[in-house]
Amino acid sequence: MSSVQHSPDAALTLGTARDAHRIRPALWYTAALALLALLLPFLEGVPVIGWLASPFQRIQLTYGLVFSIAALAFNLLLGYTGLLSFGHAAFFGGAAYAAGLLVKYLHVYSMEGFLLAGLTSALVLAAVFGSVCVRYTRIFFSILTLALSQVLWALALKFFWITNGTDGLSIPTPTLLWGLVGTSGDKVRFLSFTYYYYVLVIFFVCVAVMGVIAASPFGKALQAIRDNEVRAQFVGIGVRRYRWYAFVISGAFTGVAGALFAPLNGLTTPDILHWTFSGKIVFMTVLGGFKSFIGPILGGIAYNYLETYVIKTTEYWQMLLGIILVALVLVMPRGIVGVFAWGSRREQRNR
Amino acid sequence: MPLLFAQGLRKSFGETRAVDGVDFLVESEELVSLVGSNGAGKTTLVNLLSGLLVPDAGSIAFQDADITAVPVRDRIKAGIARSFQLVNLFDQLSALDNVRLAIFSRDGTTRQVLRLAERNRHAREEALEILRDFGLEDKWDTPAAGLAQGERKLLDVALAYALRPKLILLDEPTSGVGTREKGTIMDAVAQLVQARGLAAVIVEHDMDVVFTYSHRIVMMHQGKVLAEGTPEQIRADERVATALLGKA
Amino acid sequence: MDVLLAQLLNSLLYAAVLFLIAGGLSLIYGVMRIVNLAHGSLFALGAYVMAWGVSRVAGASGAEPAYLIVLLPVAAAAVGATGAVVEPLFLRPLYARAEEYQLLLTFGLLLILEDAMRYVWGATPLTVSPLWASFGSLHVLGATYPRYNVVVILLGLAAAILLWAFVFKTRFGVMLRATSQNRRMAAALGINVSAVYVQAFALGCVMAGLAGAVIVPIQGAVLGMGVDALILAFVVVVIGGLGSLEGALVGALIVGLVRTIAIQYFPELELAVLYLIAAVVLITRPAGLLGRA
Ligand SMILES: Nc1ncnc2c1ncn2[C@@H]1O[C@H](COP(=O)(O)OP(=O)(O)O)[C@@H](O)[C@H]1O
Ligand SMILES: [Mg+2]
Repeated sequence: MSSVQHSPDAALTLGTARDAHRIRPALWYTAALALLALLLPFLEGVPVIGWLASPFQRIQLTYGLVFSIAALAFNLLLGYTGLLSFGHAAFFGGAAYAAGLLVKYLHVYSMEGFLLAGLTSALVLAAVFGSVCVRYTRIFFSILTLALSQVLWALALKFFWITNGTDGLSIPTPTLLWGLVGTSGDKVRFLSFTYYYYVLVIFFVCVAVMGVIAASPFGKALQAIRDNEVRAQFVGIGVRRYRWYAFVISGAFTGVAGALFAPLNGLTTPDILHWTFSGKIVFMTVLGGFKSFIGPILGGIAYNYLETYVIKTTEYWQMLLGIILVALVLVMPRGIVGVFAWGSRREQRNR
Repeated sequence: MPLLFAQGLRKSFGETRAVDGVDFLVESEELVSLVGSNGAGKTTLVNLLSGLLVPDAGSIAFQDADITAVPVRDRIKAGIARSFQLVNLFDQLSALDNVRLAIFSRDGTTRQVLRLAERNRHAREEALEILRDFGLEDKWDTPAAGLAQGERKLLDVALAYALRPKLILLDEPTSGVGTREKGTIMDAVAQLVQARGLAAVIVEHDMDVVFTYSHRIVMMHQGKVLAEGTPEQIRADERVATALLGKA
Repeated sequence: MDVLLAQLLNSLLYAAVLFLIAGGLSLIYGVMRIVNLAHGSLFALGAYVMAWGVSRVAGASGAEPAYLIVLLPVAAAAVGATGAVVEPLFLRPLYARAEEYQLLLTFGLLLILEDAMRYVWGATPLTVSPLWASFGSLHVLGATYPRYNVVVILLGLAAAILLWAFVFKTRFGVMLRATSQNRRMAAALGINVSAVYVQAFALGCVMAGLAGAVIVPIQGAVLGMGVDALILAFVVVVIGGLGSLEGALVGALIVGLVRTIAIQYFPELELAVLYLIAAVVLITRPAGLLGRA
């Protein structure tokens, strides 16, 4: 036995040192895209890009960015820690409901209030759920997250006098920046311009912070746990505790996404607490590529277009998602990112 | 007092008495070889000493403190590190990151959430130096899964070494490796162990290697210690010869 | 007294169904080390096929509903056939890959199956309560209890015995156990591992389908029943140990009992209580009971 058994996944590595060579072009692309996103509202007249710059499309993109944050957060667990959660709807929906309840009971109409409430509720939920779930790994972890999040969903349905049951809670347009930006004016204009920028900035912050976390010693420790739990233990890492940290961080970021989603959608219904929504987060991440950092970001945005243009046109969207997911796993396990990587490899060969 | 002192260790798997009443000690800076045919219980003994398994009976003391029931993490803090017979690495991480992770963990910096790992120059330098010591510097950015078997074995040892233990337990560091590479690995290991003044327990099958490097040899058979002594004593011991030949 | 007896029988009924579902899940895991997230949906498929079959046959021939119990094996076989298609087509390419891919793929299958059932049978629940009612009631110790429910309990018991005999007394059982212990060794001994895998997977699906078919006269076929069943089946196998049939039996009895008690006292929150049981059991269950996971 002289050769090592390589798993087929060994080639799909996340953040190895070799990526350093590729960082420069990646940075350029990112900067260019960021600039485009920043200028987007002013490009309505430009040919090609113009249609993407319309108010409707900007609102679409805002949805995409929110989903991207959720998928990015989710992937800290799946891609980096090796834990597949089917319960992230709890943090997303929990945060959105926190915003809704803030409006209903405390009459707070401040976006920062929503964010604070969403973040706090997601943190508390993740800390509690996490303390239970990280005792298990693999399928047990998955089922446990699924079961716990379904408890929340069932509660949201049952306590309808608080949550309005299936009708959900409506979320009016909030003030931004502690009241500096008021609520007056046209709603479409608000969502497609002011709120678009608001979400974009938070999105950038989230991506930057998550990027640092992923490349920090802590992030490396998570990847070590993912790769080899026993060895992680034998270099002295407290495996369960680190999984819990990862769970809480992941939940908190998902909560930010949920809070941002609330005023965008204007309504929070039990749908976003249901396991099928957790499944959508899983789907976005796999669609973009869970073996890379930017995969989930692309996945979130791409998913939203898929939802708008395909899923909403059929009653049987779940089947559609399922078919795509199966196809992804079987023939395109690296998702959208894998397609790009494949393209650039061909490019290099042709040169 | 010896550095490590284990008494009356027992561990059974169902009917199999893998370790059956073993007394075992290691002095500071001593290099002890653990030999014996397959299934003799060597790996199980290492597992008991390193905390992967809890003994059914017996006690283990390290630097005069009882560690029989102490969890793995605290044993590592106390200064016991180990490598694995079946290589255990972080397969998707680069060789550099594998070693660096041991360094972060040792220094307690894995708690740093908002600082780039790359910014820790010390860790990087030290990790590269360790890779150099083990002859792996050229492979620093290869994912562990992409290394050859011999390199993986070395990296496994390097991870334990990077923890700066007082006692290092190496379970067959040269198994599954070509004869020529074997010498290289053992030279590197013996040199590093001696330069750092570590104590080491090395499980090894190749008796030439064992006689060359060990201060003391412990021979196990069917879960018990069959013989123990200096290389000269063991060479002269007939029981050892029969036990080895009988199996070979 | 009579209430207590009825409750006890209800727990047994529930346990019988759970055993069939969880036993199938556990069997598949034991042999193939695959955890099938779509297992609950296969249970639901059994329920829908049965409900549909009964209404079709009853409508066409006007047959006495009680005889339609013969459709049970037909529904179960239909689900088994589905499994026999799914395993080679979707699961086989994944055995060499990391577990998260298996989870993702079976999750995709779950999504597909759930919607396929909605597409074929619509969103309104299907019921075949006439079949259940046609069995009449039993009077025992002053209590009245539906006779059909007793039939289901006996069926569960029979399935447990049959399965045990099958796994431990037949030639196929020997191959099954050999493959589960060491796949490569089994292949070296001339066992056709691929065939064993298909058969084991199909058998697990038959059990799930049978569970769905027997329960449908009692509670109907509803969308979402698959996921509920999946979670509970997991509680069962976690209690009893994943991969162990005896464990599935013990786990099913425990969960059946606990659920009956819970519903008795917190009927308002049936759904939440079910999931909470799942969580509580998983939390309090000592790590040693994990079975062969
Ligand atoms: N986890 C285990 N479960 C069951 N039996 C084991 C286990 N580990 C070791 N054994 C048995 O214990 C005995 C000693 O094994 P081991 O310590 O690995 O021997 P060595 O390392 O000397 O070859 C062998 O018979 C082996 O089959
Ligand atoms: Mg050994």
